[in-house]
Amino acid sequence: MTDAQRPRTLVATDRIAKYFPVRAGWFARSKRFVRAVDEVSIRVRHGETLGLVGESGCGKTTLGRLVLRLVEPTFGRVLFDGHEITQLSQHRLRPLRRRMQVIFQDPYSSLNPRMTVREIVGEALRIHHLAKTRADEEARIAHLLERVGLRADSMDRYPHEFSGGQRQRIGIARALAVQPEFIVCDEPVSALDVSIQAQIINLLSGLQETMGLAYLFISHDLRVVQHVSHQVAVMYLGKIVEQASAESLYAQPRHPYTHALLAAVPQLDPERRRTRLVLAGDVPSPIDPPGGCAFHPRCPRAVKGTCDHMAPALDEIATGSGHKVACWNPHPA
Amino acid sequence: MATVAPFVTHRPATHAARVPQSASSAHVRDGGTHAAARSADKTSTADRNGNTLSRKYHGSPTTRRRRRGRAPASRFDPAATLHYYPARMPDEAPLLRVRNLVTSFRTDAGTLRAVDDVSFVVPRATTVALVGESGCGKSVTALSLLRLIDSPPGRIESGAVELEGRDLLRLSEREMRKLRGNAISMIFQEPMTSLNPVYTAGWQIVEAIRLHQRRSRRDARARAIELLQLVGIPEPETTIDAYPHELSGGQRQRVMIAMALACEPRLLVADEPTTALDVTIQAQILELLGSLQQRLAMSILLITHDLGVVAENAHHVLVMYAARIVESAPVRAIFARPMHPYTRGLLESIPRAASDGRRRLATIEGMVPDLRALPAGCRFADRCPMRIDVCTREEPPLAETAIATGRLARCWRADEVAS
Repeated sequence: MTDAQRPRTLVATDRIAKYFPVRAGWFARSKRFVRAVDEVSIRVRHGETLGLVGESGCGKTTLGRLVLRLVEPTFGRVLFDGHEITQLSQHRLRPLRRRMQVIFQDPYSSLNPRMTVREIVGEALRIHHLAKTRADEEARIAHLLERVGLRADSMDRYPHEFSGGQRQRIGIARALAVQPEFIVCDEPVSALDVSIQAQIINLLSGLQETMGLAYLFISHDLRVVQHVSHQVAVMYLGKIVEQASAESLYAQPRHPYTHALLAAVPQLDPERRRTRLVLAGDVPSPIDPPGGCAFHPRCPRAVKGTCDHMAPALDEIATGSGHKVACWNPHPA
Repeated sequence: MATVAPFVTHRPATHAARVPQSASSAHVRDGGTHAAARSADKTSTADRNGNTLSRKYHGSPTTRRRRRGRAPASRFDPAATLHYYPARMPDEAPLLRVRNLVTSFRTDAGTLRAVDDVSFVVPRATTVALVGESGCGKSVTALSLLRLIDSPPGRIESGAVELEGRDLLRLSEREMRKLRGNAISMIFQEPMTSLNPVYTAGWQIVEAIRLHQRRSRRDARARAIELLQLVGIPEPETTIDAYPHELSGGQRQRVMIAMALACEPRLLVADEPTTALDVTIQAQILELLGSLQQRLAMSILLITHDLGVVAENAHHVLVMYAARIVESAPVRAIFARPMHPYTRGLLESIPRAASDGRRRLATIEGMVPDLRALPAGCRFADRCPMRIDVCTREEPPLAETAIATGRLARCWRADEVAS
């Protein structure tokens, strides 16, 4: 599909960045920063899923929170349906907030244990004045619960009475209550067993089809991301290093880091046990990331004199291909 | 009821014979085979002593390796036997044999069996994976082997855990302490909570060494540096004095492994060793465990929920569901042809490269049964797409299947699942 045929952009970031100050010591003068997200531009289209992958500490959760303006950016812009939300007052942000929601990883800590399911799901309806009467509210809650595969008569139970998968369904029902167009899914299935994980993934894709939802799907599980995403962005130390359609990225990873990540995923076929490319070392500290390309100390394709001096820009490999990579020496196709 | 020891029991297994006519006939048959298995085993325990690995430290690791290399190849080579294993072990007795293990927990709502009549063996220098979803009893099985179950509320009710023929459940606590961290070690999922935050990494490794070996502090420290090098920690001379919080997650797990390997255990129980780690670090740790296994001829009981990790690292697979082992098979066989509907469901629910876009994933409907209120028949019956009448009436034994010898499945229709 060419760019023109694809759905309109719903959410976009424009060189968004978040630097967290690090306290060096009691009397330290110079402030240091963790560059959690460093000039990232992403785009999520109507009804599509952008998968965001990377290892822990790469900044993917912070990026998700920036998009929702749950943290204030250091600089850069977030555009939601054409509105720049980074400058809006909380009051003017509220009507837009209704259109964007979030689902968290841990279904155990993201639900208030003292509230019943009715209160959890109904709270969002009340805040945004979406239910006219009590009966209307009850009917809407019942409808939402059924939609996510829970029984409507479990409305008056507390979160601890449900299993992990069911709690994640409650979290999804809460997100759907305000009829959003965009949901940030932050590791929504990582805490779940594989058979339950499949149920939740199916639920999310079903909802996308029927309600036209757009997702920013954050996960460290490359298999899950491949399954759910239209576009995939790979993050390393606060920057996007590669971005492409899911098909293109998984079939032909061009950035050495993407390559290594995919190679590290254990294969499900014992006949194909390989000696795999194992990336040496740990992710460096984001406080003082390596100069040049941040990946160069671990990179098997690093070019001396180039990669350690200049940071590569995220550019298209071939014009019009939509496959972007930030690398001086990408893998050949 | 059915007490069948996997890898040992061989019973006629035509389809007709598997479906019991009445409950009593099944009982008789099981009892008979079980007794036979036990007597067969007694004869094999006698010639076991000659094969034990020397645990004493002789010379540098290089000389030890060379000696190993020159030794006659008496040790069981799993790679060479992948195809017929586990139908018959080579003459050697298995390193670990667990028989009919039952571990229960007292709860407010009654006693439940978290491990219910579990039997399996771990051959030497082999990785056996124990897979299943949370709450299926895999971690409790592991903790039971080392007798690390908190009591109360937990209790190992019956069974035997034989390490080189010695039943660990009959040892005194003092004798057991000598074994833990020595002949049998364990690594846990979360390295941050398993390391003591107020002592350096080196102090903790030295403690593990000096607990089991007569060594001077200086000597033990040298050995600790050697171990850190072995597990691939850069600059071990400096890292040895680091506190756990100064290390990354992958390095902490390496320190845990170094500690577990301090006395060259014959069995390493690894409970979700990579679950808390990123995928590239996971690859490093698993590769490390594999190479250490080859160097030290160590057996690994790998507990995991990740079937990809199983496919790449295990020789043999045990699948647990609701406190029972439901399938036992060599790794290639189980991925090529699962014989229990639960195993098949697990494999099908993993997202794979979607050629036709975002298709729906296969799921296992419903939920794991409550261990305090188990159904009368097969524990998987209410979620099973292949359920027939007998499934809800009577629980199938873990038995050999007609299609493939040496494979065990706890299903009345195992032969049909595979086809």
